[in-house]
This record gives sequence, C-alpha cells and structure tokens, in this order.
Amino acid sequence: MKVTAQPAADTLTLVLDGELDASSAVVLDTELNKPDLLTYRKVLIDCQKLSYISSAGLGVFISHLQRLQDSDVKLVFYNMQEKVFNVFEILGLDSLMNIVPTVEEAQTV
Amino acid sequence: MQDRIRISCSRQNLQQVRDFVRDFLLAGKRSEVIVNQVVLAVDEVVANFIIHANEEDSSQFLDLILVLVNHRLEIEIEDHGSNLFLPRGATPTPDLREYIRQGRRGGMGMALVSRIMDRVEFFERNSHTICHLTKELA
Repeated sequence: MKVTAQPAADTLTLVLDGELDASSAVVLDTELNKPDLLTYRKVLIDCQKLSYISSAGLGVFISHLQRLQDSDVKLVFYNMQEKVFNVFEILGLDSLMNIVPTVEEAQTV
Repeated sequence: MQDRIRISCSRQNLQQVRDFVRDFLLAGKRSEVIVNQVVLAVDEVVANFIIHANEEDSSQFLDLILVLVNHRLEIEIEDHGSNLFLPRGATPTPDLREYIRQGRRGGMGMALVSRIMDRVEFFERNSHTICHLTKELA
C-alpha cells in the first residue's frame, strides 16, 4: 500500500495505490494523523488505484471522520473502483461518506 | 475443484491468502465484485484468527481449504493455535453513526462476513477452532 500526499492550496489529495488491509492500514493512519491535515478545507482521497479495502481500512477512515468534521475539513472519495465501492455499500457507509465518481465532482463538494 | 494453503499467523500473510482465494475464484470467470466479496470475507476471518486468537504468534498456523462443487463454495479455515476462538450468537449490526462519533475502528469485520456469505459457522474440532463459510456463486 502506497499513500502519496499532494497538497494544493486549501486541498490535500491522498492518492492510494494498492490493497488496504489489516497489515497496511497503519500507513494510511499515519497520513491521516498528521496535525497539518486539519489546516486544509478539504481532503480528497483518490481511489483509482485502490484495489482492495477490508474493515481495517474502513476503520481508519471512520476513526478520523469525526475529528475532520469537527474541524470543518471535508473528506471526499473519488475514482473508486466498483468492487471497492461495493464494500462501502455492504455496510451502508456509502450514505455516510462523500463518495463521488470524478475529481471534478470531488472539487465541488 | 479444491485447493488448500497453510500460512503462519502473521498479518503479512494476508496478501498471500487474498491472492490464493482470488486465483481460485477467477479461474471461473466470475464477476470481480463477487470475487472481491468472498476474498474480503476470508480475509476478515483470517485476520481475526491471526490478530485476536493467536496474537500474531508466527509460530502458529492456519489451514485454508476451498471446495467448489456446482457453484457451491465451501471454505474451511482451521486455526491450529491453542486458543479457542468461538464468536457466540448472531453478529450485531454495527451502528456506524455511533462508530463515527466515537472514532471507533473495530467491530465491522464479522458484520461484513455475515452479510457476504450465506452461512457462517464457528465450531471446535480436535481442540482447534474451525470456521466454515458457505456461499452459492451465481
């Protein structure tokens, strides 16, 4: 699992590449724990190359969501593969998180 | 059609387990979504055995057997560790709004497994914990 941070003005994009499981979730958790994350207005998660997510990966996002919301930082997912979106759907997380098809839509959320 | 794998109890081996299940199921040209669901269910159970039942003791090991007969997939995961790991009762539906409010990150794995698979059973055999998963594949 590789996480690449791309800051641009008031938006931070995290590009995820690989499989997010109980072994690799710590990599993402480290990125989301960085204090400067809360200085952005929006955190975009580019999921195009995210090929797998388990409950450990979902748990990392869930564990940070309230902290981001409390600081008025929006968390937006885009470019999600169907099989990965399906995992969010199984638990009903698709209705609790901002998931949009394209980067253009992510920028307007 | 049948295949099996043995892994030691390290979370580094989860990738190997997923690749094994994926390769087994993709041989039948199934939808990527269905294959991913089954891979996820197995990954969640195996991760629980590795992390919670065996506390990542890599001297312990698990056996995983996949059997596919007429679209019926039977999966058996045997934990050779000394701690019995038998979840009791129905898997509760996680209150995700509350999880978000609390910043809670665990407790979703078995909910995923029970929603994906048609049948989920844990039982004891020869002092080992067995997890048996069943799913009819279209």
